[in-house]
Amino acid sequence: MKHETIPGATSAAVRSRLSAEGTEPVKSPYLQIQNVWKTFGEFAALKGISLSIQEGEFVCFLGPSGCGKTTLLRAVAGLDLQTRGTIHQGGRDISVLPPSQRDYGIVFQSYALFPNLTIEKNVAFGLENTRRSKAEIAQRVAELLDLVGLASQARKYPAQLSGGQQQRIALARAMAISPGLLLLDEPLSALDAKVRVHLRHEIKNLQRKLGVTTIMVTHDQEEALAMADRIVVMNHGVIEQVGTPTEVYREPASLFVADFIGETNQFPAKVLSGGKVALTGTELACAPHGCATGTPVTAVIRPVDVIPHGDGARSPGAPDVVATRENLIEVDVREMEFLGGFWRTRLASPRFGDGLLVADFSINAVRRLDIAEGSAMSVELPRDRVLVFPERAA
Amino acid sequence: MGNTIMTTYRAAALAAFATALSASAAFAQTELTVYTSIEAVDLDRYKQTFEAANPDIKVNWVRDSTGVMTAKLLAEKDNPQADVVWGVAATSLLLLKSEGMLEPYAPAGVEKLDPKFVDSSTPPSWVGMDAYVAALCYNTIEAEKLGLTPPKSWKDLTKPEYKGHVVMPNPNSSGTGFLDVSAWIQMFGEDDAWAFMDGLHENIAAYTHSGSKPCKMAAAGETVIGVSFEFPGANAKKAGAPIDIIFPEEGSGWEAEATAIIAGTANLEAAQKLVDWSITKEANEMYNVGYAVVAYPGIAKPVEHLPDDIPSKMIENDFEWAANNRKAILAEWQKRYDAKSEPKG
Amino acid sequence: MTAATLEIPRGRALRTRVSGDDLVKRGLMVVISLYLLVALAAPLYVLLSKSVSTYEFDLTAFELQRSDESATTWSEPTTVATLNEEVGGVITPDQLNTGSDGRLSLTALYPDFSFRSPVMYRIRGTSDDAAYLVGSELHRGTEWLELDSNSFRRVVIRPSASLGLDNFVAYFSTPALAQSIANSVLMGVISTVLVISIAFGLAYALNRSCMPFKGFFRLVTTIPILVPSLLPGIALVYLFGNQGLLKGLMMGHSIYGPIGIVIGSVFFTLPHALLIISTALSVADQRHYEAAQSLRSSPWRTFWTVTVPGARYGIISAAFVVFTLVITDFGLPKVIGGQYNVLAVDIYKQVIGQQNFEMGAVVAVLLLVPAVAAFFVDSAIRKRQVALLSARSVPYQPKPDRGFDTACFVYCSAVALFILMMIGVCQFAATVKFWPYDLTPSLNNFRFDLMDGGGWGAYYNSIVMALLTAVFGTIIVFVGAYMVEKTDGFAAGRTLFQFLAMLPMAVPGMVLGLSYIFFFNDPANPFNAIYGTMAILVVSTVTHFYTVSHLTALTALNQMDREFEPVAASLKQPFHRLFFRVTVPVSLPAILDISIYLFVNAMTTVSAVVFLYSTQTQLASVAVLNMDDAGDIAPAAAMGMMIFYTNVAARLLHGLVSRLLLKRSQAWRQR
Repeated sequence: MKHETIPGATSAAVRSRLSAEGTEPVKSPYLQIQNVWKTFGEFAALKGISLSIQEGEFVCFLGPSGCGKTTLLRAVAGLDLQTRGTIHQGGRDISVLPPSQRDYGIVFQSYALFPNLTIEKNVAFGLENTRRSKAEIAQRVAELLDLVGLASQARKYPAQLSGGQQQRIALARAMAISPGLLLLDEPLSALDAKVRVHLRHEIKNLQRKLGVTTIMVTHDQEEALAMADRIVVMNHGVIEQVGTPTEVYREPASLFVADFIGETNQFPAKVLSGGKVALTGTELACAPHGCATGTPVTAVIRPVDVIPHGDGARSPGAPDVVATRENLIEVDVREMEFLGGFWRTRLASPRFGDGLLVADFSINAVRRLDIAEGSAMSVELPRDRVLVFPERAA
Repeated sequence: MGNTIMTTYRAAALAAFATALSASAAFAQTELTVYTSIEAVDLDRYKQTFEAANPDIKVNWVRDSTGVMTAKLLAEKDNPQADVVWGVAATSLLLLKSEGMLEPYAPAGVEKLDPKFVDSSTPPSWVGMDAYVAALCYNTIEAEKLGLTPPKSWKDLTKPEYKGHVVMPNPNSSGTGFLDVSAWIQMFGEDDAWAFMDGLHENIAAYTHSGSKPCKMAAAGETVIGVSFEFPGANAKKAGAPIDIIFPEEGSGWEAEATAIIAGTANLEAAQKLVDWSITKEANEMYNVGYAVVAYPGIAKPVEHLPDDIPSKMIENDFEWAANNRKAILAEWQKRYDAKSEPKG
Repeated sequence: MTAATLEIPRGRALRTRVSGDDLVKRGLMVVISLYLLVALAAPLYVLLSKSVSTYEFDLTAFELQRSDESATTWSEPTTVATLNEEVGGVITPDQLNTGSDGRLSLTALYPDFSFRSPVMYRIRGTSDDAAYLVGSELHRGTEWLELDSNSFRRVVIRPSASLGLDNFVAYFSTPALAQSIANSVLMGVISTVLVISIAFGLAYALNRSCMPFKGFFRLVTTIPILVPSLLPGIALVYLFGNQGLLKGLMMGHSIYGPIGIVIGSVFFTLPHALLIISTALSVADQRHYEAAQSLRSSPWRTFWTVTVPGARYGIISAAFVVFTLVITDFGLPKVIGGQYNVLAVDIYKQVIGQQNFEMGAVVAVLLLVPAVAAFFVDSAIRKRQVALLSARSVPYQPKPDRGFDTACFVYCSAVALFILMMIGVCQFAATVKFWPYDLTPSLNNFRFDLMDGGGWGAYYNSIVMALLTAVFGTIIVFVGAYMVEKTDGFAAGRTLFQFLAMLPMAVPGMVLGLSYIFFFNDPANPFNAIYGTMAILVVSTVTHFYTVSHLTALTALNQMDREFEPVAASLKQPFHRLFFRVTVPVSLPAILDISIYLFVNAMTTVSAVVFLYSTQTQLASVAVLNMDDAGDIAPAAAMGMMIFYTNVAARLLHGLVSRLLLKRSQAWRQR
């Protein structure tokens, strides 16, 4: 599909379809990847990847380096052909098409702007040779530059712009031919932190406005959580989980996902009957899981999910105490680190053995509960936030 | 007065006629590819003289030194590019002949030539034009500085006083060098010749790759005695070099420059015409401008700086013997002398 | 993810459907690969096969009959082989191995032979190919030929061709020839040690001191690249020859021979060594020196523990380049080598002097061995050097040191003086009337038309050749490098191409030239038509200097963003648009460098073209050789200086054009 008009061509329809997704009957996906393998000799970089992406969606491929996310993107782009498997885009089998016969725009980490062409020439590069008149091209280039907010820089050369500006030009160039699919290969990694945060909003807004189906590869979980409609978490050539940002954060499908996205406390444990797990020195009630009694597992709780209570021994009936009193542990505060928005604490308890429990408390809670280094307190680990995974922690 | 006008008129008419002739000839003109080793300065003169006499034939020169030209001709054995060879050493032409590359042809008037300038087969495979003759170039200034006396004979060159002052061409890379060696063997006999060369070798400062270089080295004072041939000597003298040209009293080896038709030429008729013309008196007079000895007896005029009795210094040269024994002689020579400046001990 | 999906489906790996654009790219790659195959691989193959094609006399191929004195009764026909056995082997097996022009007389077979005897002889071949001469008349075939004794004396048989290593055996068993190998290696080693020491000193002074006039010294030390390697030889004759200006310095030794070869080699290889070592020294890390200083290491110790190891790959690399240049150079030993035989001159002597192409091929193969070995060692070292270069951090900043800087300045001045003196003496000798007897100024030596070597025409030919080489060479090299560097797929083809592109560095020019004779001068070869034309000169020169140009192009392309091609493909632009609108303009400095490199080398090269030029395509550099060969040393020096001035002019023009073009098209480089 083509998006002929750009400014203001927001597709409310697309957005509503997005939000409604999952409840409506599944439409035929815009991009369908089926059982894709990529091997380099004995090494398999992609192992049977299958994935569907709906029209207008913003999908992030997230994972550590070497997980296969870039390989998958390049397979979609036709730059490195998959060894096996099929890819359909908009109902068309593009599995073995050369890049030039596919329908996408691409933006690389390096921007890959042509250094000897001016900004407008760069943006116009894909428009020339297409039976468009000069005036048409000029108008479209102006629109695109307007869209990325760089109309005033048209006559400059790429080297005269900042990194962030260059990346916006690269985006405008990729969008010039109104592709059905926008591929972003770590587009923000080369930029410094502030610009990155700023540009990530801009890209997201632009994508919403244009409604173009977008795949972005990143190793930065924050970026993925902030931008994506859905995140595809990959590791060792397989998909670990596909889900919305909240899903992958709140309900990680594997220990890897839990570990890779956000912070975790991990304890080796053993499954007990009755929805409990046994740690070295304690038992904890945990969220439902599929592991059989007696299996060695890893129990995971995120620092932000740890609920602070006052000194457990001194004020057992304080109003903060949750009625269930389940998973309530008395701890000593060993270290406190002020991280601006919250306090990070390291808590010790004989019940954790030698390990320390990391917990993030709001400034408010610290003040209210008078938490300080060396003080004693109780914390609660809510049952539904104690996640259990069959693998052993590393 | 009238006479002059008449002459002018006649000349103009002649010119007009010639133009018409060459214009009409342009249709029928045959182009001959002619391989040659004659001096670069002579190329245009020979071509113009010939073409004036044979307006229906156009000569396209391909020129190089004798060694290169011979190598080229042999390399092209299976795919000859030349129609005619005009002005290449007879010894080289004998090599081509033994490869069956030459077309035997007895040009009109061949009987008028000095027989030693004509191939021994009938019909001959090649006919000679002129000769260059071995000679010594002797730098008088340097000799005086060193207190040397001029050599009179080849054998004199082995005298100890000349040690390190003689340069001669390497017979393995120079035709002149080979003609010297083959002449010595023919004159002195095999054993004496090698003994002479053993002695000479003691005095040699360097063996050069080309035949004219020893003389030019003598001319420039790089050496005192250059074993070479007569022209470079005459030329250097003309240019102001302090040298004498000495013809050793035993006699001198010589080489004929000759003409031959390459077998299989597509332009046989034109090639034959060229060979016919190449032995005419007119052609030989043309050769005589540079060469003191020409194949046509009795017409040679003396050349500046050269004696007029050169033919009497020329030995009876058996080209065929030289060609057939060339490889063995060169191998022997190389064995004896080619490692001249190897570190001793 | 269930375990079942982790099994890769059977079947063949997918392949991209080939687009029209890919077809064009592959076509181009095939064309350029074919170019290298035809211009390099095939000729070398023919050369190798030529070196093992031998000639020997086949005694069974001829039959003889002899009559009695009345010439009426004849003996039974007997082969020469049988006859030879009967008389106890007068023709020894040694004599049977020969060259293509071998001749063997048969009279020795009859101990009582006399050319005055009335005995008659008959000879014939046992096959149609058997060839023999009567005098110089060629006979062939199985017809009997009857000859009297005097004619039989003149009969010699010709050898037949076969395959074998006999040529190599013959080469090694000729002491004078085998000696050339030792001589070549000795010259290579001595020159290399000297050049590396001198170049290291220069590089050290240029990079590590604060002496004045660095730019001037850099300029002067590149001069030798601009002249043919024959010119230093000629300069040495004028400086140290028997009439030399500085003859006294030789203390009675002759400049003709090893001394001349070594000095000349130092001159013409110095810029190459300097460039490599200078690069190695210029990437030194300041922090190493600060560390050494803080450890109170003496300057001398610092030099040996920090400076030398840091540059060691550069030094080794330079040593191999110099060694290869010295042993494969032909012009210099030809001019100044005297009777000191080296391999490169042997080829020339065998081929041009004796028309012994097979033996020439043998020497060529021998010359190929050390050059190829040097090439592999060098490329192994280069790989390691890259890691060193990329690990650099803080560039070294020399500090002024009066004593040291003065010493450096004096040293560099001495080297510069040596170089300028060599050029200056050539210039002087070229413009006097008759060295050494008449030193009045004269331009007589520039009247090239009166001499061997092709005259002014040769000079103009050289310019045409150099321009064609620069233009076509740059196009071929750059497109080839682009195909290797910037295309996907077709991996096997790209690897082969890369190998072929690196090969010319290991092939000495003479070897290339000789192999071209064998390959292109074969009437069965469809490319036969280019033999003897300007085209073959251009092809050989482009091929000869391919590797360095290719590496320059690769480096430039390597620095370009790898994502340009994917971006252009996603924008549905054919690769040629990207190529002409972006790749070429961005690579313009490298492209100009390649073309000036090719131009300068085409002007000065002798080794390959000396076998390939024809009368219509004589070249200035070959004219220098031929004029020197003919003893016209002053005109040779004059022509050498013409080449020098042309190259200087080309360099200046190149600098000017580069600056102009860069100003116009590379505005984007400035921020």
